[in-house]
Amino acid sequence: MNALVKHQAQNAIVWGLLLTMPLWMNAVGGYTELASRVIIMGLAAMSLNFLLGFTGVLSFGQAAYFGLGAYGAGMTIKFLYPSTPLAIAVGMAVGMIAAMIVGALIIKRRGVYFAMVTIAFGQVFYFIAFRWNTVTGGDDGLTQWKRQTIDLGFTKLDLLASDTLYYYFVLALFAIAVGIMASLIRSPFGRTLIAIRENERRARFLGIPVDQHIWISFVVSGTFVALAGTLYSMLQNFVDPRALRWDQSGNFVIMAVLGGMRSFWGPLIGAAIFVVLQDYVSSQTENWMSVIGIFFVLVVLFFPRGVLGVLKRRATT
Amino acid sequence: MTQLLLFNVFNGLIVGAFYALMALGLSLILNLSGVINFAHGGFLALGAYIAYSLLPHVGFFGALLIAPVLTAILGLVVERLMIRPLYGRDPLYSLLLTFGLAYVLEDGARYIWGAQSVPFPIPEVLTTPLSTEFFFLTGYRLFMVALVAVAVGGLFFILNKTRLGMRIRAGTLDLETVSVLGVNVRILRNLNFGLGIYLAGLAGVLAAGMLGLEPTIGTSLIMPSFVAIIVGGLGSLPGTLLGGLLIGVASGVTTVFFPSATEAVMYIMMGIVLLVRPRGLLGEEGRVQ
Repeated sequence: MNALVKHQAQNAIVWGLLLTMPLWMNAVGGYTELASRVIIMGLAAMSLNFLLGFTGVLSFGQAAYFGLGAYGAGMTIKFLYPSTPLAIAVGMAVGMIAAMIVGALIIKRRGVYFAMVTIAFGQVFYFIAFRWNTVTGGDDGLTQWKRQTIDLGFTKLDLLASDTLYYYFVLALFAIAVGIMASLIRSPFGRTLIAIRENERRARFLGIPVDQHIWISFVVSGTFVALAGTLYSMLQNFVDPRALRWDQSGNFVIMAVLGGMRSFWGPLIGAAIFVVLQDYVSSQTENWMSVIGIFFVLVVLFFPRGVLGVLKRRATT
Repeated sequence: MTQLLLFNVFNGLIVGAFYALMALGLSLILNLSGVINFAHGGFLALGAYIAYSLLPHVGFFGALLIAPVLTAILGLVVERLMIRPLYGRDPLYSLLLTFGLAYVLEDGARYIWGAQSVPFPIPEVLTTPLSTEFFFLTGYRLFMVALVAVAVGGLFFILNKTRLGMRIRAGTLDLETVSVLGVNVRILRNLNFGLGIYLAGLAGVLAAGMLGLEPTIGTSLIMPSFVAIIVGGLGSLPGTLLGGLLIGVASGVTTVFFPSATEAVMYIMMGIVLLVRPRGLLGEEGRVQ
């Protein structure tokens, strides 16, 4: 089959499934909110994968930007002005600025060192959210605020009234964000990122400003992770410090690996599996942490290429 | 005021000693094997809980001797079964694996010993304050500082004076050459991992005596240990030690003036260090990247 046709068929399947998800989610035992969560986590994992899979830089602290987006949105609605679009804009801006600053500090590091610094910086925001309880609500989380109705002029989108409507709202933003990332990857800039991933030294010899590219990639990733964060907090109308703790960062990475980090849609598949599994296990047993932990171990030891990685390999051999 | 400040400096020093002990173990493993051991906190908690179970049978000092060794043995097994297959692969995988392991260890401790914090009695000899003016100078705290000093001294003795230590240091610089020279690198990495976990177990027993014991004890100590390594400089064990003590004292002093910034201060320090000296205080440029 022609590669282009195959590629488009793949995309059509993905979008077809996403567009119809609220229709069949209930039939397979899920619920609409779970569908929204899959897409939101998928967006976060795909944004992380922009950095991890397409730039080859291991960030283990993306939960920081996720949480900043989440708190940015919640605090905007609660304290600033009750507007959903404004909340999203502020949440993304906060995440982007934080990624710019942290990125500038860590950009010279590579490999394990980079991973470790991102882990450590990720915790800064956790402690701020945890400690500054007069503003953030501390450990109890930020409560008493809700996502708002959007007035489009000709019609009003009452996001709060319908879970399905909010799902499609999330899906629309997901489509925009994913579209931007896909076109970035296809652009000369994106090809340069892939070149850096494949052979950084060679890219440097070719005169490519490697650090600058990685920094931009870091900021793009952080910004879209923050977008996912804003959507996540508005999904629950609540956010607590766990949204930006280190375990959340680990969850994003396992989603990307599980789905296949070398493929564009992989992390979405990983997110779907992870979110559904987590939802199911935590409803079945108190010791869900052990189950998830063993799941991590098994994925790493026996399934490191991820779902799409395995499929792709089967197809080529 | 002076007394309060002194109290918190001393407190910070003790906390810093924990960070350092834990960070040294992390550093050992990271330097030789390139593995960020996220489960280090889990092993620390495990060491403490094993000691807790041993307490009624062998007493505090017996538990202090035995529990870290048992933890280290478990570490050897874990390295052999799970981490060894990942050497030579992207560090991402070992990070994820130890991450999952951290979940399992924390949850396992909760399952076996309960989610509530349990009392960890220390011998009476060590609980009495040594001076009425400086009430914070209890025997246990001095004992702890002394023991950490002995452990660190022992570690540096092993690394500098024994054959195993020399091989570990050589392997940190160039593992391939060490392997070519006929050293069994697999066993070397295994023992090195065990040594790191031993330090975690020891830190666990000591920490339990001071902070009490609950399943999350390890997770709360691991992040500062990462910061200690980064501040001190990746690849440098003396740097890690210095980093641990430094951030401990810094957060101790901050507690006096601005309690809510106790954690933030170490991250601010890390930011400053990365800004003015990206390799860390004692790190060498170009060693571990």
